[in-house]
Amino acid sequence: MFDKSFLEEYKKQRAIWEDTAKKIPQNSRPRFITISGDEVEMLYGPDAVDQNNFMDKIGYPGQFPYTRGVHHNMYRGRLWTMRQFSGMGTPRQTNQRYHYLLNAGQTGLSVAFDLPTLMGYDSDHERSLGEVGKCGVAVDTLADMETIFDGIDLGKISTSMTINAPASILLAMYIAVAEKQGVSTEKLTGTLQNDILKEYIAQKEWIYPPLPSIRLITDMMAFCADKVPKWNTISISGYHIREAGATAAQELAFTLSDGFQYVESAIAAGLDVDQFAPRLSFFFNAHQEFFEEIAKYRAARRIWAKRMRYKYGAKQEKSWLLRFHTQTAGCSLTAQQPENNLMRTAFEGLSAVLGGTQSLHTNSMDETLALPSDKAALLALRTQQIIMHETGVANTIDPLAGSYYVEHLTDKIEAEAEAYFEDIERRGGVLKCIEEGYFQREIAKSAYRYQKEIERDERITVGLNRYVMEEKIDIPVLEIDETVAEGQVAGLSKIKETRDNDKVKRTLEELALAAKGDGNTMKAILECVRVYASEGEIVDTLRPIFGEYQEPPMF
Amino acid sequence: MAEKIRVLLAKPGLDGHDRGIKVIAAALRDAGMEVIYTGLRQTPTQIVDAAIQEDVDAVGVSILSGAHMTLFPAILDLLREKGGDDIILFGGGIIPDKDAAQLKEKGVAMLFMPGASTVDIIEWLKGAVSGRSSNEKMI
Repeated sequence: MFDKSFLEEYKKQRAIWEDTAKKIPQNSRPRFITISGDEVEMLYGPDAVDQNNFMDKIGYPGQFPYTRGVHHNMYRGRLWTMRQFSGMGTPRQTNQRYHYLLNAGQTGLSVAFDLPTLMGYDSDHERSLGEVGKCGVAVDTLADMETIFDGIDLGKISTSMTINAPASILLAMYIAVAEKQGVSTEKLTGTLQNDILKEYIAQKEWIYPPLPSIRLITDMMAFCADKVPKWNTISISGYHIREAGATAAQELAFTLSDGFQYVESAIAAGLDVDQFAPRLSFFFNAHQEFFEEIAKYRAARRIWAKRMRYKYGAKQEKSWLLRFHTQTAGCSLTAQQPENNLMRTAFEGLSAVLGGTQSLHTNSMDETLALPSDKAALLALRTQQIIMHETGVANTIDPLAGSYYVEHLTDKIEAEAEAYFEDIERRGGVLKCIEEGYFQREIAKSAYRYQKEIERDERITVGLNRYVMEEKIDIPVLEIDETVAEGQVAGLSKIKETRDNDKVKRTLEELALAAKGDGNTMKAILECVRVYASEGEIVDTLRPIFGEYQEPPMF
Repeated sequence: MAEKIRVLLAKPGLDGHDRGIKVIAAALRDAGMEVIYTGLRQTPTQIVDAAIQEDVDAVGVSILSGAHMTLFPAILDLLREKGGDDIILFGGGIIPDKDAAQLKEKGVAMLFMPGASTVDIIEWLKGAVSGRSSNEKMI
């Protein structure tokens, strides 16, 4: 880019500048480090960026390796989807919130389920006591899903579902709802999170051990490739890995490693890479270190494209694209002075857009206290709309390309990720690392370091360790009470009385047969779901066959 | 020489968020305490049985799922039933102020809110344990 003589002159001038700059007293912060623990230079110039390989490293949007974006015209052609993660209490309450958000301008749906549903327990299970509807919406049978999507045309909206261990079941229910609406499965668009590997690593919502869980996933991928071709079968996630305490480089490396594992498992199961790869999608965090996040997304696209093309031999361009959803960092929010969270979320959302995300969720300010209130949910959506229509950042593609700092960071985080890939490889691969607690330990170490930085005032959190106020929290906070559980339990009881219990028994038996052999579990689960078998009944059928995962406690 | 404070740290119910509890576990260990971490998805019975078996001074419970009004009282009841009522029960998570007030009235010694520092937790725990031992000496 710059010729040798220019760079030599530049370095000379830099030395002069540095001499003066370093003589001026620095401000009172002891070190200038990113949230991931890396030192930041005072100044970045052309000497911080790779002078060769422009096309290889930066290139063009929509062209390999996609550093600048996955599509040729990015937001000029199609703006990101405003997809707010949402769900609470009863299916009816959740349906009301969905209509509220759709009327307020959101362009995609995203379902948050309660813990019993995430963990495969019905609302009447003893482990569900106190938990029903608290973290998301309670779903026991197809009837609940019908209520959640009441008045919403599944042929016209895309839906993301944050569900992992029982993902096949919820997708089956979604398909069954669409069938009742007269929408063919070929038209359905959306995403299942369905990323079990990161459960063992970070989110911890597992049921069965890794191998049978991967089998459920590959069965579903095969089913969808045939019947639901527009569905993103996995949302390979880094969000939770980051929330658990990982650095940006760890988030990137561990997420992509999980992705590589899914690709390898699917190939091993006999699937053609160009058949399933176009439907893999990703999910990243948008944390507070603004430029680091943008660099992370750019490096992610570059790394994935190269691996898919050169290592896994994918031939179609669609197989090389890293498409992703982003959520602003929940762990960056404070309970103290909650309205500050509006600003945190705005900056984080901005970095995701500058990083070229396909879909975005912006957190509500009250999420450290409860599930979002109507008002907070609305403000969160407005945050995205203001970025989209008022800041101008979406008018041009990858505007930070060419920034010395951002290009430097992109290359740096790519190199750090590659170092992790080598290390994971050396240790025997992703599954071995999960077994041995490698990821979990690294994440816990990063989380501990971060906490210590805050406690030593090496990192300032406004309202927490500086600008503290003895104020009362007076924002309205959503309350979910036990009537939700009562309603669900009563509803489930009624369904069990009125459904055809012979059909339920038969379909569950056929599921067991399929699971014990090599039948497609997704097909079998769909049959169970259509006759109103409950989620718990389906999971309980599979538990004795697949086993239950236990995590050795460590810290 | 003072005996090491023994603490059981637990995640009851279905909540899988364990970043906080692990940070606290490491901090208490680095402060010289004996820490036993139960891992995830413990029932109140499992927690109390472990606490009594390990003869701990205190049990720290982390709940971010909203199930605190069910789980804390269940643990308190079991501690009393099984003769563990000298064990200090404390915790934290996502717990609204008015729920926290109610739980403290029922016998939870202390609840730490998001943003609490491990330094404060250690300070408090040392005070609570020595306070209880000096109470015992007074009887």
